[in-house]
Amino acid sequence: MGVLDSKVPPGPLAEKWTNHKNEINLVNPANKRNIDVIVVGTGLAGASAAATLAELGYNVKTFCYQDSPRRAHSIAAQGGINAAKNYQGDGDSVYRLFYDTIKGGDYRSREANVYRLAEVSTNIIDQCVAQGVPFAREYGGLLDNRSFGGVLVSRTFYAKGQTGQQLLLGAYAAMNRQIQRGKIKSYTRHEMLDLVLVDGKARGIIARDLVSGELERHSAHAVVLATGGYGNLFFLSTYCMGANVMAAWKAHKRGAFFANPCFTQIHPTCIPVSGDHQSKLTLMSESLRNDGRIWVPKKLEDAQAIREGRLKPTELAEEDRDYYLERRYPAFGNLVPRDVASRAAKERCDAGFGVNKTGEAVYLDFDSAIMRYGREKALTSGMKNPDDATVRKLGEEVVEAKYGNLFQMYEKITDQNPYKTPMMIYPAVHYTMGGLWVDYNLMTTIPGCYAAGEANFSDHGANRLGASALMQGLADGYFVLPYTIGDYLSDDIRTGPIPTDIPEFDAAEKNVRDRINKLMSGNGKHSVDYYHKKLGKIMWNNCGMARNEKGLKEAIKEIAELREDFWANVKVPGSPDSKNQELEKAGRVADFLELGELFAMDALHRNESCGGHFREEYQTEEGEALRDDENFKYVAAWEYQGDPSKAQLHKEELVYENIEVKTRSYK
Amino acid sequence: MKLYLKIWRQKDANSKGAMVDYTLDGVESDMSFLEMLDVLNEELIEKGEDPIEFDHDCREGICGTCSLMINGRPHGPESLITVCQLHMRSFNDGDTIVIEPWRAKAFPVIKDLIVDRSSFDRIQQAGGYISVNTSGNPVDANAIPIEKDAADASFNAATCIGCGACVAACKNASAMLFTSAKVSQFALLPQGRVEAAERVQNMVRQMDIEGFGNCTNTGACEVECPKGISLENIARMNREYLSAIIKG
Ligand SMILES: Cc1cc2nc3c(=O)[nH]c(=O)nc-3n(C[C@H](O)[C@H](O)[C@H](O)COP(=O)(O)OP(=O)(O)OC[C@H]3O[C@@H](n4cnc5c(N)ncnc54)[C@H](O)[C@@H]3O)c2cc1C
Ligand code: SF4
Ligand code: FES
Repeated sequence: MGVLDSKVPPGPLAEKWTNHKNEINLVNPANKRNIDVIVVGTGLAGASAAATLAELGYNVKTFCYQDSPRRAHSIAAQGGINAAKNYQGDGDSVYRLFYDTIKGGDYRSREANVYRLAEVSTNIIDQCVAQGVPFAREYGGLLDNRSFGGVLVSRTFYAKGQTGQQLLLGAYAAMNRQIQRGKIKSYTRHEMLDLVLVDGKARGIIARDLVSGELERHSAHAVVLATGGYGNLFFLSTYCMGANVMAAWKAHKRGAFFANPCFTQIHPTCIPVSGDHQSKLTLMSESLRNDGRIWVPKKLEDAQAIREGRLKPTELAEEDRDYYLERRYPAFGNLVPRDVASRAAKERCDAGFGVNKTGEAVYLDFDSAIMRYGREKALTSGMKNPDDATVRKLGEEVVEAKYGNLFQMYEKITDQNPYKTPMMIYPAVHYTMGGLWVDYNLMTTIPGCYAAGEANFSDHGANRLGASALMQGLADGYFVLPYTIGDYLSDDIRTGPIPTDIPEFDAAEKNVRDRINKLMSGNGKHSVDYYHKKLGKIMWNNCGMARNEKGLKEAIKEIAELREDFWANVKVPGSPDSKNQELEKAGRVADFLELGELFAMDALHRNESCGGHFREEYQTEEGEALRDDENFKYVAAWEYQGDPSKAQLHKEELVYENIEVKTRSYK
Repeated sequence: MKLYLKIWRQKDANSKGAMVDYTLDGVESDMSFLEMLDVLNEELIEKGEDPIEFDHDCREGICGTCSLMINGRPHGPESLITVCQLHMRSFNDGDTIVIEPWRAKAFPVIKDLIVDRSSFDRIQQAGGYISVNTSGNPVDANAIPIEKDAADASFNAATCIGCGACVAACKNASAMLFTSAKVSQFALLPQGRVEAAERVQNMVRQMDIEGFGNCTNTGACEVECPKGISLENIARMNREYLSAIIKG
């Protein structure tokens, strides 16, 4: 098991990062000019890393498949970003953020990484404000905060419901500054199709120009993968349509271990599925749970009447509603973490209390919030005895100011007015906590290949608390990777440019070309989407919110069969030498068909329930997740051995020196 | 619903394009406009024809990738939304729908309905940023208090998704609304003031180099902008520009 060295520095937790930075090898600024770094992905993690590396003096090349770096899926993040600033004076601290994150992740993340994350979180906000990110402000001109699921303090910074957009535009602007200075060369509409190793080190990539179809060779002294998560494996998810696992999977096949693939977050507040044609699911920010109350009818006959349209939710008396989160988890109520909220919704719907046509939806109701805010507003504006209609109107204005764009989005999609009738929500695949295994320096098991942001595994454990992915992406990109990478690159100051006309590049390019030709020569029965949807169904039914041994074993078999069928019968029209979106999709789905199997294997071997991984065999009498720390307090890191089914398991034992590992309770 | 679609097909930037007719049956009102095109593409693939290429990614109105001219209007008939948020309930059985790419010299067609908007990136690169280092910033965030109204106005300008509908809607193919949104975001913040004069001049210069047209105050951009970016931003940019040149 000696292969997995986490490189966590010695010493007290709170001093590890500072000491480590002091001991890291530095690269002299004059030498940085002789070093090239490739950054694949320009989301929060990639854009912030690229901008910072360029600013430090390295020559950076960035890649993204979209037409502009600004369109990476980080743009879609709604709710906010955490930081232990304690601006609200509610007792927050670095330690508390660290503690909440470890506990929220069900004790399956690496202690030292999480502490560092909490530690640098405060710098992130300073950085973003300096860049002109327009965070929400209070009337006094200071930054405003709100709270998110799984915590009891207000530490989340936000920009209406568009926090990801504003943070990404900040990082994109920082990139633009370096592009203007000639320190970053940005390749858009380019997809990385393989990683190139020279003498065992990552030295470049093969990319496809998605417009001309040409294959290109790019070399560098190190390669950073910041390519996001792989939740699109489920077909229906909150991810953008192009999200994929390609870069990470190719690195995996070249020797990077893939960690905890089965840890996938199902977000509790998404717009439910409406029909077969659906291509994606839309998230309703979790921040809505600050004010919205979640319920289903108490009586089965009421639920049925609602499903059949005979009864309106607004007609149901208060005492006939089951606010099941408030009932089960009085301390956290509607603010329990995502895994808990998602499972509770599924439990109610499975028991027959679902409220939409398919029975897979619960209510998220703003009525009490509207009235509460309305009364408050009436009071503060000096109104005496306002009538209900006035109170409601005032309240709606307050709610609109807080969540207006989310309400608008909901209405556009569902054609229902959430001010007048409760929203309907249901859990959906949202975030992947698993990813490439990295050490404390964010390096994968391939020397010189780094992974940042959602593409790595390290900080969230088995479940991610809200507003912490943005934090991690920016922490990695602005404050961690640019320093830790120097330690590695300090050996490369005399290497000189890496040539691309060497056998390693020839072989990798040939590998890519063969695969494309194979995809295009399929027998031609079914479209790529046909396979993607089938895979998604297998994943959702057997590896979704609840898993069991039988279902997982079936899934492993079915995915392998589907993969075979795909390679024999997929139909990819057009040519490889031009813009071809079907070919792009085909390459991505081909990788999902391999990852899916590893995902199910990982879920099968983990005989416990924790975070996003709920094995039906392992639950308490009350239906809560039953963790097994004795046997599973480790990271499962899989090594590729020629086929997903042959992957070899390595374990990184998780050591908690500073925190007592407890049962997670939100009661 | 049954729909009659007239769609622009163009092999690549150098080929000539043309409108092609398609008939699509079984369209449901819950489908988004892009899902309707997905269904059409499935049919085309099954028939052995090349599917229609169109740009899209987030499908929730925030990435700014989708870009269709529908019956002569960018992002279609509804206001304040992108194409991916447009649903088929906005159309009726038997409708004929004309679908084209954005049209502007500075947005050359790449294929079918996809255009090249990298000129927008170059405008941003010319100055759409605050020149602050990313490697460790010493000033505490709350040391820069910002009046709530200014912060909100700045945020509103910053919500531009860079989709290019404003250019597509404009008879002069002007990029003023887009550029002014970014100029405004920074002009309204204390952090952005120091280099404001340089910023506006550089961005306007780049806008001209890219071949965007002039603004003649028609206001079509504001009407079609999915994010409600207002014309006030253009006025603000003009003021910024003027004072920048006067200062020299
Ligand atoms: C709807 C939604 C709401 C969310 N809300 C929140 C929130 O409120 N708070 C929070 O903390 N988190 C939130 N998250 C999670 C968070 O947004 C993401 O985890 C995070 O932004 C991921 O950032 P990233 O930089 O790792 O990857 P991404 O932003 O996904 O970027 C991936 C990049 O990789 C590129 N890429 C991928 N594959 C290739 C390839 N093969 N070749 C070339 N380029 C490639 C893409 O082009 C893109 O540039 C939300 C997520 C979603 C989907
Ligand atoms: S100003 Fe409006 S229309 Fe123009 S790019 Fe921005 S969001 Fe799109
Ligand atoms: S696809 Fe992102 S805005 Fe339409």
